[in-house]
Amino acid sequence: MGALLAGFADPVLAAQATFRGVMDALARPGTIVPLIDTIAAPAPLSAAAAAAALTLLDGDTPVWLDAPLAAQADVAAWLRFHTGAPIVSSPADAAFAIVADPERLPPFESFAIGSLENPDCSATLILQVRSFDAGAPLAVAGPGIADRAILRAAPLPNDFPARLVANRAMFPRGVDLLLVTGTAVAALPRSVTLLGEA
Amino acid sequence: MTVTYNFAYLDEQTKRMIRRAILKAIAIPGYQVPFASREMPMPYGWGTGGVQVTAAILGPTDILKVIDQGSDDTTNAVSIRKFFGRTAGVRTTTRTADATVIQTRHRIPETPLRDNQVLVFQVPIPEPLRFLEPRETETRRMHALEEYGLVQVKLYEDIARHGHIATTYAYPVKVDGRYVMDPSPIPKFDNPKMSDCPALQLFGAGREKRIYAIPPHTRVASLDFDDHPFERWRHPGRCALCGADDSFLDEVITDDHGTRMFVCSDTDFCEARRAAGHGPDAPGATAPDPARGTEASHG
Repeated sequence: MGALLAGFADPVLAAQATFRGVMDALARPGTIVPLIDTIAAPAPLSAAAAAAALTLLDGDTPVWLDAPLAAQADVAAWLRFHTGAPIVSSPADAAFAIVADPERLPPFESFAIGSLENPDCSATLILQVRSFDAGAPLAVAGPGIADRAILRAAPLPNDFPARLVANRAMFPRGVDLLLVTGTAVAALPRSVTLLGEA
Repeated sequence: MTVTYNFAYLDEQTKRMIRRAILKAIAIPGYQVPFASREMPMPYGWGTGGVQVTAAILGPTDILKVIDQGSDDTTNAVSIRKFFGRTAGVRTTTRTADATVIQTRHRIPETPLRDNQVLVFQVPIPEPLRFLEPRETETRRMHALEEYGLVQVKLYEDIARHGHIATTYAYPVKVDGRYVMDPSPIPKFDNPKMSDCPALQLFGAGREKRIYAIPPHTRVASLDFDDHPFERWRHPGRCALCGADDSFLDEVITDDHGTRMFVCSDTDFCEARRAAGHGPDAPGATAPDPARGTEASHG
């Protein structure tokens, strides 16, 4: 294990700027929002996922890492040092999940989806995608979207559209998705309705 | 020794906790997310919930506007504006169009909001069912089961007693066809502005420790009946200062003999109109019919 990589140079303002990016993305599902304060983190943790992690994680938020991330001890060490978040081995125990290989994303139901009484006690999944220019275009509607929004992202699981439909059917329970490339974020909260693959 | 605060007063762990609550609130429109509300250097009831939400989202490039009942000049608004001017060093404004974050107590500005703005409401009682059912366990269950008959009964009792829905502020709404939500004590005149609004709307209740949200372009319907549709209401007549006949008016008592005038509640809207040359047109403009009037605009 090498020397630990640094966190945000300006933790207060970088976290604020990153949060506003994530908030804007979540408030306008399907919109791609650039993240300025991305940060070099141990591979395969991407720069934007790392920024989101520093912004949202702390000792109160158990985090689950998928196999490629869990295989690199540097990733867990970096997250533990900078955020203090406990790293859990069961997806169901996690408030956040970071996924480097979205094609092998476990089923949404294996994460916390909340209860009807407390739907907020549910996981936020941070999926590292390669780009927003590839993949089947997904047409979505719902709160935050004036008419319809089109989002492309790859890689994603083959059954991703069916999962989105099932996630919406569970509303108000469900998981919320943050899709991040190295420099941008787009969100698909549980409130989105899939209109189809445009 | 100079005392310096963290940017926007709150510590970073508190901000993260509030930010996570805001994200869940946006993902579940209208649902009240519990959060660990902090003591703020102002009393409950002065906007501690709104202040915490504002502190969690505010950045150095934001321009902040704070209104209390539509006015930029009341104690509450001035104090909160100064608070963030001092602890965050952000620019402040009274002009709705220039602001990126607007914290409000009990009004939505008359000037239509844009998509790069966030409206932060101060909320005293976030639970629309609380006066009908005091137990949190029960109201939580009612929201879970979408069991909102009790609210309709309350509105029906208004009609039975008064002949019309007499609820004039904090008028309950349904967000995206799912959660019934208290819009905070805004006049029902403002309710239609919440629907399909381009700006993000965040609600913070400090004492009651709840945060909720309406994402942009979300359907927000005021509850009503087919034979008693929701009606906006404003004092009929024109503003005594700018002559506006479409803004929400405040009644101002001007002496000990009951003389009164009606002026725009939104001071920025009124000032902008006067600066543009508008004034009271007709002499009768200052004394509108005191009888209850209804604008024929359904929302």
